[in-house]
Amino acid sequence: MAEELLTIDHLTKQYGENVILNDVSLTVHKGEVVVVVGSSGCGKSTLLRCINALESIQGGEICLQGEKIEQEGKNITALRQKIGMVFQCYELFPHLTVLNNILLAPVKVQKRREEEVKAEAFELLKRVGLEDKADSYPRQLSGGQKQRIAIVRALCMHPDILLFDEVTAALDPEMVREVLDVILELAEQGRTMIIVTHEMQFAKAVADRIIFIDDGKIIENSKPEQFFSHPETERAKQFLNMFEYKRK
Amino acid sequence: MPDLGIEVLLKGNNLMRLLAGLGVALKISLIAIGLSIPLGILIGMLVNGKNPIIKGIYRVYLEFIRIMPQLVLLFLVYFGTTRAFGWDLSGETASVFVFTLWGTAEMSDLVRGALISIPKHQYESSAALGLNRSQTYFYVIIPQTVRRLLPLSINLITRMIKTTSLILMIGVVEVLKVAQQIIEANRMSSPNAAFGIYLTVFFLYFIACWPISRLAAYLEKKWR
Repeated sequence: MAEELLTIDHLTKQYGENVILNDVSLTVHKGEVVVVVGSSGCGKSTLLRCINALESIQGGEICLQGEKIEQEGKNITALRQKIGMVFQCYELFPHLTVLNNILLAPVKVQKRREEEVKAEAFELLKRVGLEDKADSYPRQLSGGQKQRIAIVRALCMHPDILLFDEVTAALDPEMVREVLDVILELAEQGRTMIIVTHEMQFAKAVADRIIFIDDGKIIENSKPEQFFSHPETERAKQFLNMFEYKRK
Repeated sequence: MPDLGIEVLLKGNNLMRLLAGLGVALKISLIAIGLSIPLGILIGMLVNGKNPIIKGIYRVYLEFIRIMPQLVLLFLVYFGTTRAFGWDLSGETASVFVFTLWGTAEMSDLVRGALISIPKHQYESSAALGLNRSQTYFYVIIPQTVRRLLPLSINLITRMIKTTSLILMIGVVEVLKVAQQIIEANRMSSPNAAFGIYLTVFFLYFIACWPISRLAAYLEKKWR
């Protein structure tokens, strides 16, 4: 087995009395693609948000390569640079061009040379088929294009791990494909990723491991073949049945 | 063509006097604007915090200034403080004070609104990219706030310039007061002067405010 990259140990997250994540433990190895599924509100997006400390946690700990991730920690901005995240809603900066959206963090935060980052940005834009959009503003792009740019923006930071939070949930159906294809390509390159999605066919294709969360707890943690054909729990069976359509 | 009394403008140095009056109006409004904008930005940012005491005081201030007609506020400061505290404020000082009080209230409310209108995910995606707090404000939040704020604050600026027409009521000789004086002085020789002179005043205000609102329209289009 490859080295452990991210370890989540007995994580608890609650808002007041309301427990969102209850004693969640998970280890992600280098190069692994973990897909998190579960019904809406089960806590899967919150799990991703805890990993890069957008949410405070009430118990347990999360470590990236042995370094503890804490919201108030000194190194949190440095740690976040190692964790790329793409959100559900298009969160590009509307006042900057596509290129400047991509350059902002590598140049201003990581202090890398602009020329070097620019070359890399164009290389990546080309790979996602958007090199002609470098000077466009986000408002001139479709939802699928914006999400591909958001992925490029995250990649340009050279993250060790990528988090995808339902990146296709707000897209028109015909744009879902172009975004998921990009993520599939990243999986083939051996990137470490945690993906939250409702696209089961995609989950099946991309995942090395499926995590099924219900009511704030991980109740299944298995290979995709096993999860989709022989789910262990009744709850997972019910969940998967929701995606099947049959005439009675 | 009816006699509009335009010729009165050319008598003596009437036109120059009108322009000097406009100068007084602009001077007062520009000083007040120059103070209101930074103060408004500061206060608007402060009340976006969590302190309930600051928020409470601010609410009272904002409501008080808004409910009060500017003229009443001018009377209160100019005449009221003389009687109550024995202050001997000049009309111009009182005007600058009142306009700053008013402009700051309006500006801070615009800033507060613009800051609230920046979606939460802009902060979050900045954080996710590893930007710290000040980098987030400097590169992401403030540029977007300024873009939203500009058309609104330019509207406020023109409103402040126009509202200086009230300060003749506390004895400041600004453009409208000069106009009245010219009309009075020529009552016998040019009884129709009122129309021509007030028309001139209209154009003077127009010349002062129009470029500013064009600038707003231009920036709005450019930044959309």
